Amino acid sequence: MIRYYLDFEKPLQELYQEIERLRELADTNKEYRVDIKKMEKKLAKQQREIFNNLTPWQRTQLARHPDRPYCNDYAKLMLDDFIPLHGDRCFAEDSSIVGGLGRMDGLSIVLLGHQKGRDTKQKIAHNFGMPHPEGYRKALRLMRLAEKFNKPVITLIDTPGAYPGLGAEERGQSGAIAINLREMFRLKVPIIAVVTGEGGSGGALALGVADKVLMLEHSIYSVISPESCAAILWRNSSKAKDAAEPLKLTAKDAYKLKIIDEIAPEPPCGAHHDHKAVAKILRRVILNNLEELRQFSVDELLSARYTKYRRIGQLDE
Amino acid sequence: MSWFRKKKFPKKNVADKRVNIPEGLWIKCNNCKEIIYKKEVERNCDICPKCNYHFRIGARKRLELIYDNGQYEEFDTHLRPKDPLGFKDVVKYRDRLRDYQERTGLWDALIRAAGTVDDYKIIICAFEFSFMGGSMASVVGEKLSRGMERAALEKVPFMSIASSGGARMQEGLISLMQMAKTSAATIKLEEAGVPFISLLTDPTMGGVSASFAMLGDIIIAEPKALIGFAGPRVIEQTRGQTLPEGFQRAEFLLEHGMIDMIVSRKELRNKLIGILNYFQNRLK
Repeated sequence: MIRYYLDFEKPLQELYQEIERLRELADTNKEYRVDIKKMEKKLAKQQREIFNNLTPWQRTQLARHPDRPYCNDYAKLMLDDFIPLHGDRCFAEDSSIVGGLGRMDGLSIVLLGHQKGRDTKQKIAHNFGMPHPEGYRKALRLMRLAEKFNKPVITLIDTPGAYPGLGAEERGQSGAIAINLREMFRLKVPIIAVVTGEGGSGGALALGVADKVLMLEHSIYSVISPESCAAILWRNSSKAKDAAEPLKLTAKDAYKLKIIDEIAPEPPCGAHHDHKAVAKILRRVILNNLEELRQFSVDELLSARYTKYRRIGQLDE
Repeated sequence: MSWFRKKKFPKKNVADKRVNIPEGLWIKCNNCKEIIYKKEVERNCDICPKCNYHFRIGARKRLELIYDNGQYEEFDTHLRPKDPLGFKDVVKYRDRLRDYQERTGLWDALIRAAGTVDDYKIIICAFEFSFMGGSMASVVGEKLSRGMERAALEKVPFMSIASSGGARMQEGLISLMQMAKTSAATIKLEEAGVPFISLLTDPTMGGVSASFAMLGDIIIAEPKALIGFAGPRVIEQTRGQTLPEGFQRAEFLLEHGMIDMIVSRKELRNKLIGILNYFQNRLK
C-alpha cells in the first residue's frame, strides 16, 4: 500500500481509505460488499482519469516516487534467488549500484541496477542512487563476470545521475562512465536495460547500452534533469515543471524518438502502488526479450548493438 | 565521392559586422589581468606571453596550427542540424541554431578535417566552442563517428580536439545517445589498429568528457584546461564543498592519473609529430 501521496494522487487517497474501512466492516456485515464494488468502480474511473492524462512533470514525480520499487525490490520479487556481490576490486564498495547473481525462471543471469534507498539511513548508504566511479567499475566487473560465464546481463536504471562531487572527479567519473559505454558495446552476452524510475543522463546511460532498452510506463529518461535544465535556460531551477515538457523525457517520447525498444506497462495506479504486480509484468517482459535475443550469435548481437546506436541522430544531409 | 564536396555555407554577415566594430588593439588576459598587445598574443598561438594562459580559440584556428602549412580538407560540411524535439525555451532551438550558424559560419559545433602533419596523414575532428558551447548533438556525434570510421577504414590516425560543455539539451535523449555512439566508434579505431589521440582543451565537460574524449590511446590536455564530469558550480552547490585551488584543471587530472600529458599549444604540433612518428604511418 502506498504511504506517500503526490498532490495529483490525493483524490485517490480518500477512496483507498474509504474502501479499506468498508472492507473491515464487510468482514462482519456482508451488505457492505455492494458498496465496496461501487467504490471500486469509482476508484477505477478516477484512476483512469488521473493516470491517462499525466503531464511530463507529473510523470517525473511518479518516476521519483519514494514508494517506487528499487533494484533490490525487483531482485526479491523477480528472481528465484539472488546472491549480491560487492566491490570494484580497486577502491571501494559503492552501494548506489547493487548487483549480483540471480535466477529468473530457472535461467541464470547477472542483475545490476541503481539503488536509491527508502528511509534516510538507507538513502545515505546508497547515496541516493548516485554512483561514484567505483560504482561504475563494480558494474563493469559484474558485466565481465557475466560474459566470462556466458550469462545475460539485466540492468535496472533509476538514478538522478552520476554523483557530482570532489572524490568522484578525483577518481575519474568521466573516464569510468566512458569506459562502461565502450565496454558494453563489446560484451559478448545479451544485455537488457530497463529504466525503472529516473534515467538521469550519463549516470544512467553508463548502465544503459543494451540490445534491448525498455522503459516502465511512468519512468523518465533525460539528457539533463528538468531542474538543471531550468537552471540553465531560465536561470531558475524552480521552473523544472516547465522544462519537463520540452525535454521529451517520458517513455512514450523516448519510444517515438526510437531511443527505446519497448514500454513495459505498469499496474493501474503505478509501480509504487503494487510492487508485486509491476515485478510480475517486468519479469515476463524481460524473459520474452531474453528469449528473442537467444536466437542471435555473438557476432550478430554485437553488430546489431553497434548499428542500433550508430543510427541515432536526426539531421539533414 | 559527392558527399565530400562543399555545399553552401550559412551567411556570415553578423560575424563580419562584429569584427568591423573597432576594437582595441589591446586585450586583458583572463588569468593574470595583464593588458597585452593583441597582435603579440595572436603571434604567440593565442597564449598570454606574460603568464602562459591559453586563450580559447576556434576550431579553424586550431586545425591551422596543427596541419602542414595550415591546410586541410573539410568533410561532411553539408550535415545540418534539425530540431527533432521542437524544443523551445525562451527562444526556439531553430532560432538559436540560425543565430549561431550566422555568427560562426558553421552548421554545427564540429569540423571534421583531414590533412597531413609533417607528411603523416591524420583525420582530426575539432569542436567549435563558440557554437552553442561546443555542445554535442546529432550532427557532432555523426561527424565524429564518420571521422573515426573513416580513419579505421583508411588506417589513418585519428585525433579529436574537444572543447565542449557536454551534451546539448535541446536535442534531448538523442544528444545523450551520441555519447554511446561515439564511444562505440572508438572500438572501430582499435580494431583497425589505428591510434586515437584525444586533445582536451578548455573546457571539456559532461557528456563529451564522459564518452569518446576520455577513451583516447593518448590523452593530451592544454595547460589549465577545465576538464571534468560535473561543473564546479554544481559540485559546490550539491554539498557545499569548497573546491581546492586548481580543481578539475589539466594539472589536477595529470596528478590523479587521468591524462597522459599536458602540452602547450606552441609545442603541440611537434609533440604530435613525435607521436605519429612512433606509430610510423609515414605516407612518403
